[in-house]
Amino acid sequence: MGNPNKAKAESGFMRWVDDRFPATQMIQEHLTQYYAPKNFNFFYIFGVLAMVVLVNQILTGVWLTMSYNPSAEGAFASVEYIMRDVEFGWLIRYMHSTGATAFFVVIYMHMFRALMYGSYKAPRELIWIFGMTIYLALMAEAFMGYLLPWGQMSYWGAQVIISLFSAIPVIGGDLTQWIRGDFLISGITLNRFFALHVVALPIVILALVVLHIIALHEVGSNNPDGVNIKAKKDETGKPLDGIPFHPYYTVKDLVGIAIFLFVFAVVIFYFPEGGGYFLEKPNFEPANPLVTPDHIAPVWYFTPFYAILRAITFSLFGLDAKFLGVLFMGGAIAVLFVLPWLDRSPVLSIRYKGWMSKVALAVFAISFIILGILGALPTTAARTVVAQICTALYFAFFLLMPIYTRLEKTKPVPERVTG
Amino acid sequence: MKKQLFALLFALMPFTAWGAPAGDVPHSMTPDLQDQESLQRGMQLYVNYCMGCHSLEHQRFARAAEDLGMPQDLVEDNLIFSSSLAFNDQMHNAMQNEDGENWFGAAPPDLTLRSRVRGNDWIYSYLLSFYKDPSRPSGVNNTVFELVAMPNVLEPLQGVQEKVCAATDHPVEGAELDPLTGKYQACGVLQVTQPGSMEPEEFEEVAYDLTNFLAYVGEPSKLQAQALAPKVLIFIFIFGVIAYLLKREYWRDVH
Repeated sequence: MGNPNKAKAESGFMRWVDDRFPATQMIQEHLTQYYAPKNFNFFYIFGVLAMVVLVNQILTGVWLTMSYNPSAEGAFASVEYIMRDVEFGWLIRYMHSTGATAFFVVIYMHMFRALMYGSYKAPRELIWIFGMTIYLALMAEAFMGYLLPWGQMSYWGAQVIISLFSAIPVIGGDLTQWIRGDFLISGITLNRFFALHVVALPIVILALVVLHIIALHEVGSNNPDGVNIKAKKDETGKPLDGIPFHPYYTVKDLVGIAIFLFVFAVVIFYFPEGGGYFLEKPNFEPANPLVTPDHIAPVWYFTPFYAILRAITFSLFGLDAKFLGVLFMGGAIAVLFVLPWLDRSPVLSIRYKGWMSKVALAVFAISFIILGILGALPTTAARTVVAQICTALYFAFFLLMPIYTRLEKTKPVPERVTG
Repeated sequence: MKKQLFALLFALMPFTAWGAPAGDVPHSMTPDLQDQESLQRGMQLYVNYCMGCHSLEHQRFARAAEDLGMPQDLVEDNLIFSSSLAFNDQMHNAMQNEDGENWFGAAPPDLTLRSRVRGNDWIYSYLLSFYKDPSRPSGVNNTVFELVAMPNVLEPLQGVQEKVCAATDHPVEGAELDPLTGKYQACGVLQVTQPGSMEPEEFEEVAYDLTNFLAYVGEPSKLQAQALAPKVLIFIFIFGVIAYLLKREYWRDVH
């Protein structure tokens, strides 16, 4: 049965397996004969780091689940039980909580890499869309996970975010109640978030990661030059600028993983609270529906979008400010999905794009960081104006892209990759 | 690539720079979890002066004994007062929340994680900032926590503090710096007017030991983390060096 041209081991155990499962074939397709461009730079480590963090989150998550109690009465105490009475529980918990931050650091760098080198452009649109869906699922995963310790910020952060749905006209109120499963956030909400956080969303994320990588290996990796390495092949059909993923990139990635793990371990052991930005201070107090914290801020990785939400302080076209804010926040993420069709540049990489693209990307990155800072701070009139400007710049990057990528003069792309 | 790394570091800088807690906290302290004597004194003070009202419901006596270097019999004889509590129990107390509300107007909170909610400087400052205020039911007020319901239970040690007009080292809003003494002449300065059993310096040590103990209780795993961290980091470092040498060897033929 099957394709007679499939790669198989000559004999022995692997042959026995290969006759029943395409093990050798898969190893060749995805590792030993998967040709990756030889000019990957620093920014190309974050994909593999995302995998490392994903494995970290799943393993530590499984062990946390063994001692966690998903009830309004027991959740907070069970986290402290893990921190104090479970052997190495503190380490497992900090690996998981720091892992959430690491996940977003790595994913934001991974996405920025794609923006710089045009990795979302044809023929990689589906890779980008799968990736964006992972990002969306990851945000849901992180948001639901943050409720589980059942601290003050868990509770009130969830309260703020879920109440956003109430801004939707007509169905808002019922929808909010449907999500919570109660008239306010309660043990019922906690239980369903737990189920979604530990079962449903991890399955979705894992499935999407598989799709992301299958799509990537179908078309091949982009590179900092945006050159298609498959265009120039040697007589045996191997790309001249490609090297087998294994062993070259597996050993190179090990170095990157070691550097990452070192930084990761330093944070886990010495700064697990991240100065109050990874684990927020009010979250060391059990959830109390009767006492609202002075200042509710989402965890740092959501703050750019939270700043966009709060920047919309005006009504427009008969839509009230709150609903408009929700639309802008949703739009800020939705617009990323259509990015491949907004970029009309003939070249992929920022190296060969014109000055307008370079300025636009820099302005976009700076706006995103400023929004992230503003989202963590209480609002003032001046900060709101800055947030509005940055929101405008954020959207301008995308909405003007079809114009500036067509207008600008690009540099000639070399035939082969450089350095 | 180096430039990009630095750009990344700078981009992350604001996140680290805002770690400082806000609020009016006049004193600061640095916990020292290696100072077992201070931690032991802190625990002794805690069970004698605080625990009647403030439980430590996540902290076990046994764990504290182990981490603070105290033998079991010593803890059982001197630090566990309730016959219903055993060495392996958490540091609960007998006070009911309803009683606390009736007696003080608010139930005294559990303090296990207070150091992580408020910060150590806050606790240390709070303990030093009670002053006489006859308008309050307890007879005292606190500059760090206005209108707090708690009486100054450490008053026998500290004595009675009052807000007076005096010279102080701490900058006071609206007060001018005296260039001769280097001090601020201001009103609203806290000063002991009726001495307790301790000198102010001695009492500051009491506040330090208590705060140090609460810092430990907030995160006992910090001791384990500090012990484990160097081993893990050295392991990762050696792994990284070997990985780098391996990479260099493999990449020799890539041009």
